[in-house]
Amino acid sequence: MTEKSTWQTKVGLAEMLRGGVIMDVTNVEQAKIGEDAGAVAVMALERVPADIRAEGGVARMADLSIIEAIMDAVTIPVMAKCRIGHFAEAQVLQAIGVDFIDESEVLTPADQNFHIWKHDFNVPFVCGCTNLAEALRRIGEGAAMIRTKGEAGSGNIVEATRHMRAVITGIEHLKGLRDDELMTEAKNIGAPFELVRQVAHEGKLPVPNFSAGGIATPADAALMMQLGAESIFVGSGIFKSEDPAERALAIVHATTYYEDPHEVAKACKGLKGAAMVGIDVASLPEEERLATRGW
Amino acid sequence: MTPRIGILALQGDFAKHLHAFSESDCEAVLVKKPEEVLECQGLVIPGGESTTIGKLCERFGVDEAIMQLHQREAPIWGTCAGMILLAKEIEGSDQWRLGLMDIAVRRNAFGRQVNSFVTDLKIDGIPDGPVRAVFIRAPYVTRVGRGVEVLATLKDKIVMVHQDNLLATAFHPELTDARRIQQYFLNMVQQ
Repeated sequence: MTEKSTWQTKVGLAEMLRGGVIMDVTNVEQAKIGEDAGAVAVMALERVPADIRAEGGVARMADLSIIEAIMDAVTIPVMAKCRIGHFAEAQVLQAIGVDFIDESEVLTPADQNFHIWKHDFNVPFVCGCTNLAEALRRIGEGAAMIRTKGEAGSGNIVEATRHMRAVITGIEHLKGLRDDELMTEAKNIGAPFELVRQVAHEGKLPVPNFSAGGIATPADAALMMQLGAESIFVGSGIFKSEDPAERALAIVHATTYYEDPHEVAKACKGLKGAAMVGIDVASLPEEERLATRGW
Repeated sequence: MTPRIGILALQGDFAKHLHAFSESDCEAVLVKKPEEVLECQGLVIPGGESTTIGKLCERFGVDEAIMQLHQREAPIWGTCAGMILLAKEIEGSDQWRLGLMDIAVRRNAFGRQVNSFVTDLKIDGIPDGPVRAVFIRAPYVTRVGRGVEVLATLKDKIVMVHQDNLLATAFHPELTDARRIQQYFLNMVQQ
C-alpha cells in the first residue's frame, strides 16, 4: 500500500536536514549564496528578523512570488513562515508546494489562543519552543521538527542557550521519573501525557530539535551543536553581516565540525567581514521579545 | 573479524543509519574526517542534501579518502543523497559528485516534499517479501550502464541498483525497522 505524506515522511525530511545550516533568505540571489555555501535548506521570507524588529508593523507570510522564485532557483528544500495560528496562510504555502512550514513567532501572531492543527497538512511543520513542555505541545499538534526559539534578530546567543538547556534538562528530568509520577508531571508542566511518557522512556524528543534565534558566528553554531542542537537556523546572522558569502561558509564549516575546536578556529579565522551588530536582550522591553509569542 | 562500517556524518540522517546498524554484527561508527573514513571496511553515505554533502566532501578532502576506500574495494552504500553522489551523471546538474557508479539519476524525481511517500517494494535478492520503503524528495535512476544490476523498480522507475562493490537505494531503509538491506550490505562487506 502506498501512503503519501505520512508522519514518517514528515519527520524523515527533518532527519535529512540534520547536521546542517538552514539560512533565512529574502531573494533569489541570497538563496543561491546560501546553497553555494552548503545550506541544507533556505527559509524564504520578506524581511530577516533584524529588519522586522527595526521596522515594526505587522509581519506576515512572504510574497508568494518571492517564495516561488526561490523554489525555482535552488534544488535544496525551501521553507517558508506563516503566522502563529494562521492556518489559511499555511494552506496557501502548502498549495504552492513549499517543503516545510515554520509556524513562527518571528511573524506577528494571528491568533492569541490557538496554534495550527498541523496534523491536517501534507507539508511538515517546524515550530519554536522555549522549553520541553512547549515543544511537546507543538509536537502534539503535529510539528515534525522543533527549534528552540532563541531571540530572533538579536544577534545574541543568550536566549538560544537558555531555551536549549531548558529542553535538555527537561528531558533529563523526565528520564529520572517513575511511571507513576508521569501523569502528575504532565499536568504540572502542561504537556500531553503520551508524549511525556514517550520522552521519559526514550530519553529524547520524538522529532529532531534544531536551534534558532541569535546565531551570528561560527562559534555560536558550535556552541549550540555541543549543547544538543541537531542543526542550526541562521536568520539575520548571515545576511546582516558584512560579507554574507564568507560568513555562510564559515558557519557551515563550524556546524559540520562543531566538536573540533581546531576546525571551528579555522572557520573563525577565515572571516574578514564583521558579524551583525547585536542587541543586549536584557535591554529589550517585554513587548519587543519575540520568544514570548506562542505558548 | 567484526567489520567497521563508517557512516558518513558530514550532514544528513547519519544518526538513523547508526541506529539501524546498532544490533548488527558490525562496529558502526560516525566518520567525518578523511583519516576516519580510511579506517573502515565499508561506508554508508546517508540521506541528506546531496549538494551540501558533496560540497563538504570536496572542501574537507573527504572525497579523496572515499576514492581510496573504493580502490581498496571496500563496499559503499548510498541512500537517496548518497545515491546521487555515487552517480556518474546527474540530470541537468553540474554539482559535485563521486561519480563511481555507471548510472544517471534525476533529483527530486517524484516531486517536492508534499509528494513524499511510503510504499511496499519488492527487491531482488532480499528475502521474506516486500520491504516498506520511505521515499523523501527521492531521486530515481534514468540510465544504467553495463555491469549495473537493477534490484528494484517502482512503476518502471529504477530505485535500487548494485554494481560491483557499490549499492544505491533511492529510498531510506534506515527509517524503518526492517534490517534486511543493512544485512545485504553487510554480506557485501564480509565477502
